[in-house]
Amino acid sequence: MVFYSVKQLLQVAEQRALPLWKLILDASAEESGISPEQSWGMMSQRLQAMRQADSSYDPAQRSKSGLSGGDGEKMRLQVESGRSICGDFIGAVLSAALRMGECNACMHCIVAAPTAGACGVLPAVLLPYGEKYGLKDDALIRALYISAGFGAVIAQRASISGAEAGCQAEIGSASAMAAAALVYLHGGDNEQMANAVAIALKNMMGLVCDPVAGLVEVPCVKRNAAGAMNALTAAELALAGIGSHIPADEVIDAMRAVGEVLPSSLRETGRGGIAASPTAQAFREQFFGKGK
Amino acid sequence: MDIFDLIGPIMVGPSSSHTAGAVRIGLVSRKLLGEPPVEAELYLYGSFADTGLGHGTDKALIAGLLGMEPDDERIPHSFEYAEKAGLEFSFGVTELRAAHPNSVLLKLRGKSGAELEIVGASVGGGRIQIRRLGGMELCFTAEQPTLIVKNEDQPGSVADVSRVLAQQGINIGTFQVNRDGRGGCAVMVIECDAPIRQDVVNTISNLPGILGAVCIN
Repeated sequence: MVFYSVKQLLQVAEQRALPLWKLILDASAEESGISPEQSWGMMSQRLQAMRQADSSYDPAQRSKSGLSGGDGEKMRLQVESGRSICGDFIGAVLSAALRMGECNACMHCIVAAPTAGACGVLPAVLLPYGEKYGLKDDALIRALYISAGFGAVIAQRASISGAEAGCQAEIGSASAMAAAALVYLHGGDNEQMANAVAIALKNMMGLVCDPVAGLVEVPCVKRNAAGAMNALTAAELALAGIGSHIPADEVIDAMRAVGEVLPSSLRETGRGGIAASPTAQAFREQFFGKGK
Repeated sequence: MDIFDLIGPIMVGPSSSHTAGAVRIGLVSRKLLGEPPVEAELYLYGSFADTGLGHGTDKALIAGLLGMEPDDERIPHSFEYAEKAGLEFSFGVTELRAAHPNSVLLKLRGKSGAELEIVGASVGGGRIQIRRLGGMELCFTAEQPTLIVKNEDQPGSVADVSRVLAQQGINIGTFQVNRDGRGGCAVMVIECDAPIRQDVVNTISNLPGILGAVCIN
């Protein structure tokens, strides 16, 4: 069974009296022709791979371009010093997002979620949250199913590709997926998860994909931190009982429509936005000029 | 949509198209060659040529040619592994007609002398397409078990090959046939619903008029 809307996803869960994560697990396993146990094993592997990627972080390492590296560590030290504005938990989330983005830029093994460029958002909220509340892996794996279920609807109705619909479809989608996972882990209901998805996507609406020199580094790494923060914001609001005036499906459709009118210069071509700034142009010239 | 395309793939960064997809093109090319390559000329096109350097596209392609999967942590060091494996390679850029923006032309020579020219494209999210094989235009993803058969362009070849598959209870999902000219050489690309065993491939290779067969499971 494939879900084309959040509304349908929630309705079927209610009709079948299944927890949402279980419905997503069963429906996707059936669709792929694998057993639910196999699927659970694969999702568990992905959680382990996220942890492994996080622990592979090397503060001294820099990407080939020299644009990425060391920032996750700076963030961690800031939190450790007690001078952080946001405090320990949010500081840990920001640091984890930067670390994962930098691991990706430095060719470490990561878990695309939903894309490599946005790979920092989900682990940045899930891993520190799990640690803070002493959660077992089972809970985090169930949360990953929640993320995947909402992500699948976004992919069906809109896009998760920056080249198709801009960064709103990559960091925006990752942020919405992470927001739903957080609501689930914090005991929110299905409706609140849908609200968190809607709020997270609305806050990222229109975000363009403008990588400097076409590399998945600037502004991508820092946008992972922003996407993680936005997931916390959306989840916190939804858990407080704040609804989205616009239903999630309509927000997803709006994101698609915005993606369709974005010019190609703002869809992962490295020609518009930040990538078109004089400093970015000069960097591109220097880096690729030298390499050829 | 597979949910493991949303949480996953597990891959070496930084780009699903320019890194993970490039590894897969290399890996599928190695399988198509049918033996470990010892010489490889790689010509990058479009965005692969423009930004590949910063995405490790070159290392990724070589890693794939060495048989590594997209999540292999040795990918960043593939050049060193190539030296150990006795794979000599060179990179260039090229212009390809009507090609996908993330494309590469590979000219390979294998351990026992097999030669093959392949054009592969990375079409997003780590997915790939093989667009040209041995001078023949075609298109397949190598996501399903795929049988590639080269044959003399004569009546009965398609029927012979599909009969062998039917006898083995292997269902055909898609079937493409292409040829370089009437009565010349033809290529069948057959995507199947079940893995194709080597003995089935051998049976097909030995049919009259069949010049060679290789499968990717």
